[in-house]
Amino acid sequence: MTGEDVPIGEDELQAFVDERLDGPRRDAVEAHLARHPELRERIAAERRQRASLRAQLQGKAAEPIPARLRIATLQAARRARLARRMCLIAAAVAIFVVGGSAGWFANGLRPAQPVLTAQAPTTAIAQGAAAAYRTFVVEVAHPVEVGVAQETHLLQWLSKRLGHKLEAPDLAPFGYRLMGGRLLPGGRGAAAQLMYEDSAGKRLTLYVRAADGTETAFRFQQEGDAATFAWIDQGFGFAVTATASREELLPIAEAVYKGLTPKG
Amino acid sequence: MPAGVPFPRLRAMADPGALLEPLIPALRRYAYALLHDHAAADDLVQDTLERALSRWSSRRPGGELRAWLFAILRNLHIDAYRQARRHGTEVEIDEVDHRETATRQEAALEARDALAALEQLPEEQKSLLLLIGVEDFSYEEAARVLGVPIGTVMSRLSRARQRLRSIVEHGPVALLRRVK
Repeated sequence: MTGEDVPIGEDELQAFVDERLDGPRRDAVEAHLARHPELRERIAAERRQRASLRAQLQGKAAEPIPARLRIATLQAARRARLARRMCLIAAAVAIFVVGGSAGWFANGLRPAQPVLTAQAPTTAIAQGAAAAYRTFVVEVAHPVEVGVAQETHLLQWLSKRLGHKLEAPDLAPFGYRLMGGRLLPGGRGAAAQLMYEDSAGKRLTLYVRAADGTETAFRFQQEGDAATFAWIDQGFGFAVTATASREELLPIAEAVYKGLTPKG
Repeated sequence: MPAGVPFPRLRAMADPGALLEPLIPALRRYAYALLHDHAAADDLVQDTLERALSRWSSRRPGGELRAWLFAILRNLHIDAYRQARRHGTEVEIDEVDHRETATRQEAALEARDALAALEQLPEEQKSLLLLIGVEDFSYEEAARVLGVPIGTVMSRLSRARQRLRSIVEHGPVALLRRVK
């Protein structure tokens, strides 16, 4: 029995519109609607609109699936994308390898130089150092990024960026005093350059950056006026560069080597 | 049961196509009803399927596939709408004029057209009417797609239907006036 006192919920009306109401509750709603013409009208309209929406959209779901939306198509495209990405990675690796071996070959193609020990990583260090020397040693206004007045700060900063505790060797016995230093891009990370100057304004740089290898002998390189001694010690490459002869520079490089031997 | 996972289920797990393809017609219908543009709807469905494939292995094994897919589609749709708003509308002035004129001319015809009236509703009301009224989602399933409690679904469904009815009966202009 469905008496007038049975309250009807809005959720039941919605379920009725959706044809999801069964049994006694459906009867109750129908009885209620029969007694309330205005509500009956509203619910009838909502049912009509629901049916109209379904009918208007029925054709869309009946359409055959376009080829581009077939899962097999999408999977093939996805596989192709992944393969392309793998190709790019492989290409990048190949370029790296070619670049690396080109370096080795270039090293081999440099026969006329007075070489103490031919080691590719030291070559790279020496070249980096010489390039940095050429760039900044001629600077009058800004030869260094951080001046010697802030030596503590300078060395802390460069040490932090290098990942290596850097100390500025005392080159006063050779007539060179520290001017300051700067940070440079070098190899895989950062390189530090410390610049010294003697009383005549002649400049000398000490260049440090991370490098592969534990220990090598000195490598000498002459580029124009600039002479460089480079070596690798416990994962770091060092280079001393100055406008000097090999004989003038060697004792300085040895002093730096002794003074820079990494601690810890 | 010592035999473990039955063979057909194993196959279905390995092949997303077997599970996804039966749902594509409904996804296309939902996308079209949201966008009123066949090509844009298929773009949305394609994005949805691509995302579903890329996340296939990370989806909850017990989860409802249909609700999961429709939720992906809806979220992509909402994101695209937000992005379009952020970047400003990309409709040219000529096109706007043309569309406005067309809208005015067809307003009388469209007044009784439920699908056209649907376009006047905010996205959430559209989705409610489509998921429940057209796609036959259960109220629980719709609540999961919309990310709201089921009680909220019921009250919002009622409001959406009243609003649609008002648009169909009085046209969008009358509704605008009433909203003011």
